[in-house]
Amino acid sequence: MASNAGVAQSRALPGPVRFITSSIGAKVVMAVSGFVLVGFVLVHMIGNLQIFLGPEAINRYGNFLQGLGELLWVFRLGLLAALIAHVASAARLVILNQSARPINYSHNDYVQVKFAARTMPISGIVVLAFIIFHLAHFTGGKVQPELFHFQDELGQHDIYAMVTLGFQNWFISGFYIVANALLALHLSHGVSSMFQTLGVTAPAWRPLTHALGPVIGTIIFIGNVGIPLACSLGLVAIPAGAM
Amino acid sequence: MHLTLHVWRQKSANDKGRLVQYEVDNISSDMSFLEMLDVFNESLIAKGEEPVAFDHDCREGICGACSLVINGIPHGPDEGTTVCQLHMRRFKDGDTIYIEPWRAKAFPVIRDLIVDRTAFDRIQQAGGFITINTGGAPDANALPIAKTEADLAMDAAACIGCGACVAACPNASAMLFVGAKVSQFLHLPQGHPERARRVKAMVEQMDAEGFGNCTNHYECMAACPKEIDVRVIAELNLEFMKAKISGRE
Repeated sequence: MASNAGVAQSRALPGPVRFITSSIGAKVVMAVSGFVLVGFVLVHMIGNLQIFLGPEAINRYGNFLQGLGELLWVFRLGLLAALIAHVASAARLVILNQSARPINYSHNDYVQVKFAARTMPISGIVVLAFIIFHLAHFTGGKVQPELFHFQDELGQHDIYAMVTLGFQNWFISGFYIVANALLALHLSHGVSSMFQTLGVTAPAWRPLTHALGPVIGTIIFIGNVGIPLACSLGLVAIPAGAM
Repeated sequence: MHLTLHVWRQKSANDKGRLVQYEVDNISSDMSFLEMLDVFNESLIAKGEEPVAFDHDCREGICGACSLVINGIPHGPDEGTTVCQLHMRRFKDGDTIYIEPWRAKAFPVIRDLIVDRTAFDRIQQAGGFITINTGGAPDANALPIAKTEADLAMDAAACIGCGACVAACPNASAMLFVGAKVSQFLHLPQGHPERARRVKAMVEQMDAEGFGNCTNHYECMAACPKEIDVRVIAELNLEFMKAKISGRE
């Protein structure tokens, strides 16, 4: 039997590798790395919402993060590791899952499957592309370099000016809005799935865990879309005569 | 009733197979779905054609043999029902019905609508049992088991191993089946001594058989004729993690 060869093949691997390449281990990798990433997304959103408090707050926050120095790189590398684990495990699972049904049904009718769950690979790819763009945009200063070198009155990097002027471009803010809508969709399935994967079984918890994905997705959507939208519409802008 | 059937015809495991359209007449709404297929097969035999091969046994909804995907739903449109307990009154005169086999790499088609489900047997053989010494039956009350725990074990043990969960899953994952088979012992003291070895061996065999991986769609639970809850998958996940982390055998 080919299946027994598969068992023997798997047993030849070291324990931790066997775990993360097993069906359940791969889910655990998705859940744990996803937990780290969604935690970051929430903190990142809360931090960025300070733009609504005005230039002083957001620039002070940016200066604080930059001031972390080496510690900032610890966080960055940790996040990068979580992202790589999440994407690599997902890519492997998509390939395995497609090969598990070589001939599809000619007539398919799902009873339970949700749109968000079915589109996880697509929303994931768009969000990944967005992360790269977003890093090049506001961290690397490669997308709109002309906006990257402003300084405020205290001599700090003027994030407020960079963001408010950057989002005047409707193509850029449009991409941010679409990507964050897909991120919200991704989280609406992902966050709820995390609890199932990590073994939350009590029926009394199910309404909460099922609701948490859509709730967190919605919060992220409102918070993250609010910034480019407010800037594009001129609701958040540099006061006249300030520059 | 008059029906248009699109039936998957495949001569053997090596044949490519295709959907063939048939017109069927004189179907009573009191017939079960399988009786309708019996009448249809009689008409094929009368015409000198090869009858459609399909799995069935008890026709009482308890054996897990029948296995048809009807209009894209394993065991058809009724909830908590096997195909044999589905009746033609569920359909209307003139309906078009698509009948396909379970679709999964781990369940290769043998002929027409019959698939090879021995992958499930091999998963069970890997650890889905309790090793006991034979001898005199122990006293019934010697081992008290809480009613709530007994209920959880019985709910999981309702699984008839038909494979509808695999057929329904967009990823052809067998986790509802394996979850049920692990969970039924998890809630009984007799299942505890071998629990770590059991879950590791069964998951290892499941993965080797080429089933897909659960991505929490819960389509399996909707298709399951015994309405097994996806909490058995959460239990399977936790049990597997515990076994792996503790390193117990």
